[in-house]
This record gives sequence, structure tokens and C-alpha cells, in this order.
Amino acid sequence: MINERVPVVERILGANERLAADNRARLDEAGVFSLNFLASPGAGKTSLVEQTVSRLAGQLRLAVIDGDIATSLDADRAAAAGATAVQINTGGDCHLDAVMLQGALDVLDLSAIDLLIVENVGNLVCPANFALGTHRSVLVASVPEGDDKPYKYPGAYRGVDALVINKVDLLPYVDFDMEYFQRGAAALNPGLATFPLSCRTGEGLDQWLEWVTNMTRHFKTTRGM
Amino acid sequence: MSRSINRSTAIIMHELPVTESLLEIALRHGRDAGAEAVTDLHVVIGELSSIVDESVQFYWDMISEGTAAAGSRLHFRRIPGRLGCRTCGNTYSPREDLPCPACGGVDIEVLAGEEFYLEAIDITATGQTQREPA
Ligand SMILES: Nc1nc2c(ncn2[C@@H]2O[C@H](COP(=O)(O)OP(=O)(O)OP(=O)(O)O)[C@@H](O)[C@H]2O)c(=O)[nH]1
Ligand SMILES: [Mg+2]
Ligand SMILES: [Zn+2]
Repeated sequence: MINERVPVVERILGANERLAADNRARLDEAGVFSLNFLASPGAGKTSLVEQTVSRLAGQLRLAVIDGDIATSLDADRAAAAGATAVQINTGGDCHLDAVMLQGALDVLDLSAIDLLIVENVGNLVCPANFALGTHRSVLVASVPEGDDKPYKYPGAYRGVDALVINKVDLLPYVDFDMEYFQRGAAALNPGLATFPLSCRTGEGLDQWLEWVTNMTRHFKTTRGM
Repeated sequence: MSRSINRSTAIIMHELPVTESLLEIALRHGRDAGAEAVTDLHVVIGELSSIVDESVQFYWDMISEGTAAAGSRLHFRRIPGRLGCRTCGNTYSPREDLPCPACGGVDIEVLAGEEFYLEAIDITATGQTQREPA
């Protein structure tokens, strides 16, 4: 009997990353622009989905995939706002992965969608590590969570393409140093597109919607759609 | 109307899909090396990737049962995070601060800490490996 050390050096999430690439190719092919919303629980992902869907419903065909540990409440809210909605119950899992997104894409008519929003499970630690294949990731932070989050969850801030700072209507009531928060975010992700807004009052929503619309249109035009 | 999909398998924690992937990689490399059994796995985890902790051994024992890696031990090598300032060249730990502690610069790069891979496995083999001779 021989004891031997075998060098491996293989990325552990490589299989997920390959599947994510398949998902991306499928979305590209169908001309569906896709966003992945990441956030702590309660930051306002579903509220932002509702605002985005109801304000863009006349211009874009929208679908929402909601990851939730057990309920379908969020998908019901997205559907009520006017989107085609699919719920993925992760059965306790704290993030979506590429396999789950693949299953959700299977039940959607991709040819009837311009913009797909994926609401990931509320959690700042794990989702950032599991690529789905979506085109852009959006981190939804919120004022009551505190201004130290970039410093505590650097992984979540590094990989995203846009940052929403929700619940700015609460700034007068909460100790939240916007300058300190944004300095941390900028250090981790220089030039990050940032949208301070309130889903409650509607303040700042226009800039966010403009970004979403421009990204979607740009994606479609570059593909001649 | 919203439609609903339930995962067929009941997943308990985020460690489980990670360990499934780990098992697949270890068994595949073990098989290629002609292993009778995989006894140890050496996993490298960067401080900034924060994916698994020691509790994963528990899931590992569960999912590796009945495979060539049954009863194997997981070893974790942690790599501390290291940031580099592109403005002044200073390197520092993300625990100190995020903007550069030397010059306050925010144009930084991650030099280390985002790793997450299986570095090596220890196996027992009968001596008839399927590998090409070196
Ligand atoms: N004051 C204030 N409250 C908000 C705002 N946006 C959302 N909320 C409230 O925050 C709570 C959580 O909002 P959701 O949209 O359900 O948050 P979520 O991130 O989808 O939550 P989970 O999916 O459970 O993680 C609700 O009570 C919302 O009414 C805002 O801009 N201002
Ligand atoms: Mg929600
Ligand atoms: Zn510096």
C-alpha cells in the first residue's frame, strides 16, 4: 500500500462557474438583460423590485426570479407589481446558485422578456461567492443597517456593478455617516455606480431607473435587437 | 400569478453545495491517481472569501459516507487578506482599514485573500496508478 500526496489545485466553485457561464450564454442568446440583487435581509430588495417593475412595465417586458428560503411572498409582490414572477425555494439554503437559476430559466419564456431581475436570498456573505450568470450584480444597502457594512463585508462590495443605498428617508433618524460609508465602498470598488434612494418616498428613483433602462437598451442595441 | 420551484433535495446550509463540489473534485482526482481511498483533503481559503468554516467537517462526514473519501479529514490553510495601494505602493491588511492607512488612497487592489481551492489530496493506492509515468 502506498501513501501519496496528489496535487490538485482546482477551484472548488468551478462547476458552479461553468454553469453560470451556460446561463449567461442562454440569456445573451435570448436577448434578456439580467440583474442580480444582493442584500442583507430586509434592506429593500423586494421594494426595489416593486418600484422598478411598476415604473418600467410600460417600456420593458419584465420578469422576476425570487430566491427565498421557504415562502413565495416576494414573488407574489413582484407579480402584483406587474412582472412575470418565479419563486425558487432554496429549502434553507442561504443563497441562489447557478443550478437553481438554470431551473428557473427553464420555466420562463425568455423570448418574451427584456429585463430579468433575480432577487437573491437576503445575506451578504454567501451570494457573492456563487455566480449565477446574470449580467450585472446590484448590492442593495440600506441606511438602518449602519455605515460600517463595506468594512465588515468586503466580499459583497467588491464583486458588484452598482450600489443602491435604500431608505435615505431615514437619514435624519439614524446615525449613518454617508461619507464614511461611501469611502469604504469606493476603496473596495472604485468608480462603482451608486444610487442613494428611497423606495418609500421615491427620492432618487429616477436616476436608478435611468441606469437600468440605459443598461438594458445598450445590451439590446449591441445585439441588434 | 407567480410560479414556484422547490429544490428536490433538502439543503440545510450553504456548506452543503460547497462540500458536494469538493467531494466531486477529490473523487475525480483520486480516481485519476489510482487511489484506493482519499484520506486527507487540503483546502486553501482566503480570508476575504469567507465561504466555509470548520463546521464543514460535519457535512463532509455525512456526504462522503459510502465513497472512497469516507472518513477523510479536511485541512484548511487560511490565507490572510492583503491589500495594495496603487497610489503609494503600501501593502496592508484589510483588518487595519479599507482606504490605504498610509496615504488615504482608495485605488486599491486585492493581492491575496480571495482564494478558494482544493490544493492537494492524500491518498492510499495499491501501486497500480493509471497515470502516465512522468
Ligand atoms: N423607511 C423606509 N422603509 C423601507 C424602504 N424600502 C423598504 N422599506 C421597508 O423595509 C422592509 C423590508 O423591505 P423588503 O423590500 O421586503 O426587503 P427585502 O430586502 O426584500 O427583504 P427580504 O427579502 O426579507 O430579505 C419593509 O417593511 C419595507 O416597507 C425605504 O426606502 N424607506
Ligand atoms: Mg424580499
Ligand atoms: Zn497609499
